[in-house]
Amino acid sequence: MVNFLHDRQTLWLFGGILGVLLVATVVGQLLKLRRSNAVIDNLNARIRAWWVMSAVFALSLLTGGIGSVILFALLSFFAHREFITLTPTRPADHGALFWVFFVITPLQYWLVAIQWYGLFAVLIPVYAFLFIPSRIAVSGDPERFLERSAKIQWGLMVCVYCVSHAPALLMLRIPRFEGKNARLLLFLVVVVQMSDVLQYVWGKLLGRHKIAPVISPSKTWEGFLGGVATATLLGAALWWATPFSRAQAAAMAFIITIMGFLGGLTMSAIKRDSGVKDYGSMIEGHGGVLDRIDSLCFAGPIFFHLTRYFFT
Amino acid sequence: MRRAIAAGVVGLARILAGGSVRCLGCEFDSRQRIYFANHTSHLDFVLVWSALPRSLRALTRPVAAKDYWDRAGLRRYLVANVFNAVLVERVAQTLLSVPAQTGVPVPHRKDPIEILLEGLGERHSLIIFPEGTRGNGVQLGPFRSGLYRLGKARPDVELVPVYIDNLNRVLPKGEFVPVPMLASVSFGAPMRVEIGEEKDPFLERARSAILELRRW
Repeated sequence: MVNFLHDRQTLWLFGGILGVLLVATVVGQLLKLRRSNAVIDNLNARIRAWWVMSAVFALSLLTGGIGSVILFALLSFFAHREFITLTPTRPADHGALFWVFFVITPLQYWLVAIQWYGLFAVLIPVYAFLFIPSRIAVSGDPERFLERSAKIQWGLMVCVYCVSHAPALLMLRIPRFEGKNARLLLFLVVVVQMSDVLQYVWGKLLGRHKIAPVISPSKTWEGFLGGVATATLLGAALWWATPFSRAQAAAMAFIITIMGFLGGLTMSAIKRDSGVKDYGSMIEGHGGVLDRIDSLCFAGPIFFHLTRYFFT
Repeated sequence: MRRAIAAGVVGLARILAGGSVRCLGCEFDSRQRIYFANHTSHLDFVLVWSALPRSLRALTRPVAAKDYWDRAGLRRYLVANVFNAVLVERVAQTLLSVPAQTGVPVPHRKDPIEILLEGLGERHSLIIFPEGTRGNGVQLGPFRSGLYRLGKARPDVELVPVYIDNLNRVLPKGEFVPVPMLASVSFGAPMRVEIGEEKDPFLERARSAILELRRW
């Protein structure tokens, strides 16, 4: 793993993020000068949180691979904690939850760190999926058994298995791209998060027709189409930092944004079902960690596997 | 060192149980107070104590069971040096005292209320659990009379209702290892024993003050 300070393209990417943040901050403050309301205050809170998140992400990449693995492990932990808090478990699930949080999750990220792809890919879908219902059955409480098992499995799948595919990008061996995988992780995170931001901006500017008003009142067709188109263009414009050609980068970005959208919508459906607006309150203006990374959960594994099939 | 351990305890509490603190009609203040909360887990007082600002933590003493916490090793170190806890016997303690008039030793129970009043002193606050025993996290049990007697004995001390939500799922009764979960601590408006107020109406009022916080 090459330290990104010695990698010109990575520095350019970070320069770009810095530029976007500066522009966003200036725009946010100008809007606030013109008039102050809840939407603009929330916008500025979001921008402040973006500075912090970008700084944490940059610092994690500074360490080479291990910092990113630790960062995403922590994100998994916090998101998973938010998910389980909203899940009506019973006291008999305690043992299974202990294993999920303190054994399976660290093990999954340890496999990422030592780059053991074979076990990484099956640990949760095979071993953990059989283990969880077994452990609950041993506790001897049959009430809502399938529902409880399924919810704990699903939480582990989304919050840990899916998220762990982002740092797993660092283990791919891509010809003529050795030691530069940090840029792939950056590409994924920048495209998926900018796609969220762009959908939000287009939705606020032009949004009229809601896609699924009961599930997510803020998602509109205008926001979706505008966001997908601009995020795809952004991805294509960043092709020089990736192992992809221009067209390939655009296609990848397109798939990332579609998956990100579906992730956000799906996780919103779970929130609505539980009767809450946000999963948590850890990130100012954004809600919980899971509210911020819901799109990454769905985009990460698909991006990982597409890259793995076609480029390694 | 002591401060670092205290910060470590607070950090651990936040990792396991989240840091959500809500003040509903109560501002943090260094005046003497008795925080009374629902009791669902061994970790209850740790969470309430961690929810307070650092300056108040130094002044606030949790009340903890002596038989559980006064054991050699980490627990005794923590209650003595970090929490500065007031330890009370769950099983009544029998002492011998020698009245001057007769010179014959007479057994008598040391009243836990006296220990609490000593613990309160002139500047400390207390964290107590008037249910006396851990509930199931759903129902709030009946209150014991201690809160009323403390309120009568020290009318200058504010009584603050505290509702702890979801902590029973972090460490349910009978489990040894915690599981991370987002719990929250809500502080309600301070109250007192009104002049002439009887025990039962007061205890009912205090109990419903906690139930009221649950609705939020």
